[in-house]
Amino acid sequence: MVRLQQIRKFAVAMAFSLLILLTGCSDKMTNVERGNRDKEFYIGLGTEPATLDPHLLTGLTELYVLIAFIEGLTTYNAEDMSILPGVAQSWDISEDGLIYTFHFDPEARWSNGDRVTPQDFLFSFERILTPALGAPYASMLYPMKGAEAFNTGQTSDFSTVGVSAPDVGTLIIELESQTPYFLSILTHNAWWPVHPPTILKHGKMTDRLSKWTRPENFVGNGPFAIDSWRLNSALSGKRNPYYRAPENVGLNGIHFLPIETNAEERAFRAGQLHVTENIPIHRLDWYRENKPENMRIETTLGVYYYLVNVETEALSDKRIRQALAYTINREEIADYVLKAGQQPAYHFTPPNAGGYNARARLPYDPELARKLIAEAGYPGGEGFPKIELLYNTSEAHRAIAVAIQQMWKEELGIEIELYNQEWKAYLATRQEGSFQMCRAAWFGDYDDPNTFLSLAKTGDGNNHSNWSHPEFDRLLDEAARTADSEARKEVFQQAEEILIEEMPFIPIYFYVTTKLVHESVRGWYPSILDYHPYQAITLETN
Amino acid sequence: MLLHLTRRFLQAIPTLWLIATLTFFLLHLAPGGPFDDEKSLDPAIKAQVEAHFGFDQPLYQQYFKFMGNLLKGELGPSYKYAGWNVDEIIVQSFPVSLELGGIALLIAMSIGVPIGVTAALRHGKASEAGLMAFAMIGICLPTFVLGPLLLLIFSSYLGWFNTLGWNLPGDRVLPAITLGLFYAGYITRLARTGMLEVLQQDYIRTAKAKGLSSLTVINRHALRTGLYPVISYMGPAIAGLISGSFVVETIFFIPGLGQFFVNSAFNRDYTLVMGTVLFYAVLILLFNLIVDMVQMWINPRTRHD
Repeated sequence: MVRLQQIRKFAVAMAFSLLILLTGCSDKMTNVERGNRDKEFYIGLGTEPATLDPHLLTGLTELYVLIAFIEGLTTYNAEDMSILPGVAQSWDISEDGLIYTFHFDPEARWSNGDRVTPQDFLFSFERILTPALGAPYASMLYPMKGAEAFNTGQTSDFSTVGVSAPDVGTLIIELESQTPYFLSILTHNAWWPVHPPTILKHGKMTDRLSKWTRPENFVGNGPFAIDSWRLNSALSGKRNPYYRAPENVGLNGIHFLPIETNAEERAFRAGQLHVTENIPIHRLDWYRENKPENMRIETTLGVYYYLVNVETEALSDKRIRQALAYTINREEIADYVLKAGQQPAYHFTPPNAGGYNARARLPYDPELARKLIAEAGYPGGEGFPKIELLYNTSEAHRAIAVAIQQMWKEELGIEIELYNQEWKAYLATRQEGSFQMCRAAWFGDYDDPNTFLSLAKTGDGNNHSNWSHPEFDRLLDEAARTADSEARKEVFQQAEEILIEEMPFIPIYFYVTTKLVHESVRGWYPSILDYHPYQAITLETN
Repeated sequence: MLLHLTRRFLQAIPTLWLIATLTFFLLHLAPGGPFDDEKSLDPAIKAQVEAHFGFDQPLYQQYFKFMGNLLKGELGPSYKYAGWNVDEIIVQSFPVSLELGGIALLIAMSIGVPIGVTAALRHGKASEAGLMAFAMIGICLPTFVLGPLLLLIFSSYLGWFNTLGWNLPGDRVLPAITLGLFYAGYITRLARTGMLEVLQQDYIRTAKAKGLSSLTVINRHALRTGLYPVISYMGPAIAGLISGSFVVETIFFIPGLGQFFVNSAFNRDYTLVMGTVLFYAVLILLFNLIVDMVQMWINPRTRHD
């Protein structure tokens, strides 16, 4: 029985090695300790970034990463979100507000040492606008003259687009019409440059799945340069030696760790992260009581709402939509379901979007709602058809839906059926319009009410409500042409009043971001766009 | 033996083809596609992108194209993780899952077999019930409960291990135990049942009658046949340990393949789903074959089947 003896010996050996593993060898230095010593920043991401191509990214996760590695013509001030020079050192605006001339910082360099030139931007704009790339945010460039025609394939001649580079230090952009928030949208990743030789080395200009974003190939112009990237483990960057303003960068390195929310919170407690992406709901109360100094809860430009398909029987009557909106007790949902200090939403555009605060208010008034629903032919909810409410699978969405289902039943006597689908199926159902009512959310792409109100415009790719209102559309067009910022806000006010009166979107709450921030972190400021430039961050040990 | 191997190998081909075909069509039947996002693409742009990847062609054409590439050994690029090929993702992540599964298997065996054998020898006594209760707990406790529980005790309170990551040797311990304990419980039950059956056989009685000590009887005569059910179970167990580590990988933040396997389906990352499914299918077929051969080696009777 030699075999069995061999097996037994092997087993004993294995047991010993396990014992050794069990009883020793763990490095006691945490990421935070190591990071504070070496000025390296550890930040949680929630999920693995899908792409590092600025022209293709859509998610906030990817954006959090990419602001370390690429920067545009302008950037945000970390502290007050005012516009700062980026690659462009200064700019002139023509009197009619249509021509912007950008003067490049001669120190602006790619991470391989090449100078960042206006030609790089021409290449980048052509790339993102070329239909074959299928860039989801190409429309961000539409304020530029001729950009929309080129992007929608009406012309394939890029010289028709209003951008030119007369010399190695100047870029001129001509606008379709006055765009008061133009300098602000330049901070959006759709306007960011890519390094043309790198793109062309790894494929065609418009290859979606090119290898140029791989750590060994990536060339960016941000404060950091990519060092390594191991999927589901860490994406690390080190200081970009060629960055235009090295004196503004307080860190030597940055590490992004894609950790799921619950594990992330444990990692924070264990000193493995300086900042988390999120705080799990069930831990909020604990931190509030025990470690309030680590909690950062900030309002953000995001709205949670129910999208109504106005072509559904019953829901086509605006009185019904109003009745549904007026019977949601938003305070109760914020306090008992959400718990993180989310603001109840009585209008659609989140507060302080580009300095705009909506005047329109929908009431919480079950009495009025009952009257409306009776007028619409369903007194006490009698005869009201069964309506389905769709949400994408998640405990949090379910909890909110259940609470609202109960409110509608109690106050209006109507029955709503809940059903959920996983994310991609939910998106498909929404796009097909085969739903009656569904949960939706929107985060501002830039700091302006337009990014929210344009969602309800006829023909907007994200307006799945089938709601169309000529006066609303006209007002948004008018806002786009209005240069005076106060007059423009007034036009948005009127548009929002229509939206709240018509109620194709039932706003529920405005999002907050919840994060855990280690006490050694300095320079992490509240930001409604959840935008935290890493240049501003320093790590203090005492 | 060679004939048997060849036969099994030939059987694997239609199996794999069937798996590939079913997965392909099920995947494309699911609503939504890899490029759907909260921010809807303009229909014209979406059509461009879909044409670029051939999604506008009839499904059967896409299927033949996919199978053609597969025969050439090309799994293609991931649609979700731009810049990464499916085979690169597998090559980078699989060794981690293999290591985790391997250690978990060792733990499962080194806990399950001794306990199961001991329980069989103590048949009818109170200690048997105690040992089998342990096995039952192992089977019943799901990984998403056990993982955080172990972390709470050994990481938060005792501080013996890191809470997450896959960097130091010590980082393997808690995840491997979490993953292995279910299998340890199962192996305990199999070992006990197998041993109980063997201990009642005539040849064991003969060995005892010869005057051999009971330790020798167990070592020389009983274990070999008694552990037979455990060995048969190795195939599915290894497959389960290596492919089923999604939850453990998430809890402990381990860069293994399990996360890609599960998330690729949610992301409709067609190429990555097909790649991981086929990769796991090959592995499972392979491990079953190996276990078959080990069985033949241990039990000559099966060689004539």
